[in-house]
Amino acid sequence: MLEVTGITQVFGGVTALEDVSFVAGKGDITGVIGPNGAGKTTLFNIVSGIYKQTSGAVHLEGKQVTGLPPERLARLGMVRTFQNIELFGSMTVMENVMVGMHTKSSSGILACSFLMPWSIAEERRIREGAIKWLDFVGITDLAAVTAGNLPFGKGRLLEIARAMAVEPRIILMDEPAAGLNSQETLALAHLIQRIRALGITVVLVEHDMELVMDICDRIVVLNLGKKLAEGTPREIQENQEVIAAYLGEG
Amino acid sequence: MKKELLKFLVFLVIVMVAPLAFKGGYLLNVLVFVGINTMLAVALNLLLGYAGQISLGHAGFFGLGAYLSGIMTTTYGWNPWLVMPLAALAVGLVAFMIGFPVLKLKGHYLAMATLGLGIIIYIVFNETVDLTGGPSGLSGIPNLSIAGTTFDTDLKNYYLIWSLTSVIVFLAVNLARSRVGRALRAIHDSEVAAQVLGVNARIIKIQIFALSAAISSLAGSLYAHTMTFISPASFGFNFSVELLTMVVIGGLGSIYGAFFGAVLLTLLPEFLREAQDYDIVIYGALLMAMVMFMPGGLVRGVPALFSRLFKLAGKEGGHA
Repeated sequence: MLEVTGITQVFGGVTALEDVSFVAGKGDITGVIGPNGAGKTTLFNIVSGIYKQTSGAVHLEGKQVTGLPPERLARLGMVRTFQNIELFGSMTVMENVMVGMHTKSSSGILACSFLMPWSIAEERRIREGAIKWLDFVGITDLAAVTAGNLPFGKGRLLEIARAMAVEPRIILMDEPAAGLNSQETLALAHLIQRIRALGITVVLVEHDMELVMDICDRIVVLNLGKKLAEGTPREIQENQEVIAAYLGEG
Repeated sequence: MKKELLKFLVFLVIVMVAPLAFKGGYLLNVLVFVGINTMLAVALNLLLGYAGQISLGHAGFFGLGAYLSGIMTTTYGWNPWLVMPLAALAVGLVAFMIGFPVLKLKGHYLAMATLGLGIIIYIVFNETVDLTGGPSGLSGIPNLSIAGTTFDTDLKNYYLIWSLTSVIVFLAVNLARSRVGRALRAIHDSEVAAQVLGVNARIIKIQIFALSAAISSLAGSLYAHTMTFISPASFGFNFSVELLTMVVIGGLGSIYGAFFGAVLLTLLPEFLREAQDYDIVIYGALLMAMVMFMPGGLVRGVPALFSRLFKLAGKEGGHA
């Protein structure tokens, strides 16, 4: 469960977010939507520890994690993906996912250099885990390909496989459907539901309304840095304020 | 794994038989320095090629190792084999502490900071005359010896230096292929993505900086004991740049690339002696050509060249 309480972010006099609160229930898919410039990505960057907010708090599974750096959050079970996929372009698909197993392994510089038996055993475990997650998203056949050469849609799947290798409790996805064709989007929706089926909480920022309405249990609407509405997809679709914000009325 | 072992065995065989080709010649002495430079290039490549962090101050760490070994064994009469690891440890520790503020910087700023560090170390070597002998250097450093054998000829030094260099290469290859090596390359490609996956980029960069400095210090100690004379001129900014060139020419992010770079850049000036005053021009032109036509370094460029040549040969054969 993710609790965001009273997040305010001011960038040099511009208020990007003002007193935003919401709860993403355990095992739910929560969508964060809003027009361009609503503050969705800023919110994500704060929750995932990349920005430090002006004020407000973030709780993960009841634990206060406000202001923790991303690598600490990963160890506590929070991981995210990026809008413009951030792959390790010079590494193979396999190696990308193996980096995702970093928190699940511990051999240091000396153990790795001297090929200690436990670090060799660990390496084998990392390899097996990586294959498992490649298989989960269905790109096992691309394992040996250099990630920088992947088509965009496959890159998106790799980024998700890599995030899943962290074995998170919650995964934040920043516009996972951006740049995907309709077929790929459909497959993505299915994949996100399979992630939820593992008991993982999913929070996604998304522009593709069809996807959001299809798969989200709850939706949070942001507009001009403030929370405009929150509710089930049906409630949001019928909300007059939301419609007005999207159509630019008022 | 088997392929890696094979590569290392080929490397070992080359290293073992190389002296036979230069029996007692002057070039054997140069090959000793190829060994020391390989060690340095491997150390710098871990930092630059893998973690993607530049250092223009590595000659300083190399010099610290050389001077620590030189001073402690010559002036204070300590056992060289004891001083060597202690010096590496001390230099690694210093780099670790310096790493905290310095590795916060990125790109040009990191280059400037490490450049400054190298220059400061160089100035200390020059100015602390009582300790280092200043610009005129420190002489009378003892050769190393094991069980009655003193390493006082080029051939003996060759095998001493290259056995240690081979160990460093072996360890570095293992490290590069491990979870640590992957984390370093991940930081190089996208630091934010690496952090999101739980890689503590800050600490791991500092660790690798310290390790790189410690290996450089070890190379410095070996240099001092083989040369028996050291002076600040060997540890200046020029040498830092030369090391950087070895890594780039050999191939960033490849341990054997560092070896090829060290071989080429150490041997080339010797062969260019024949060209007398034009050596610098040829040297510069070669480096330019390398960067333009083999941006991946020798280790990637040469195989690519060969496969293109073979394809070409295959086509011609088809016509005939």
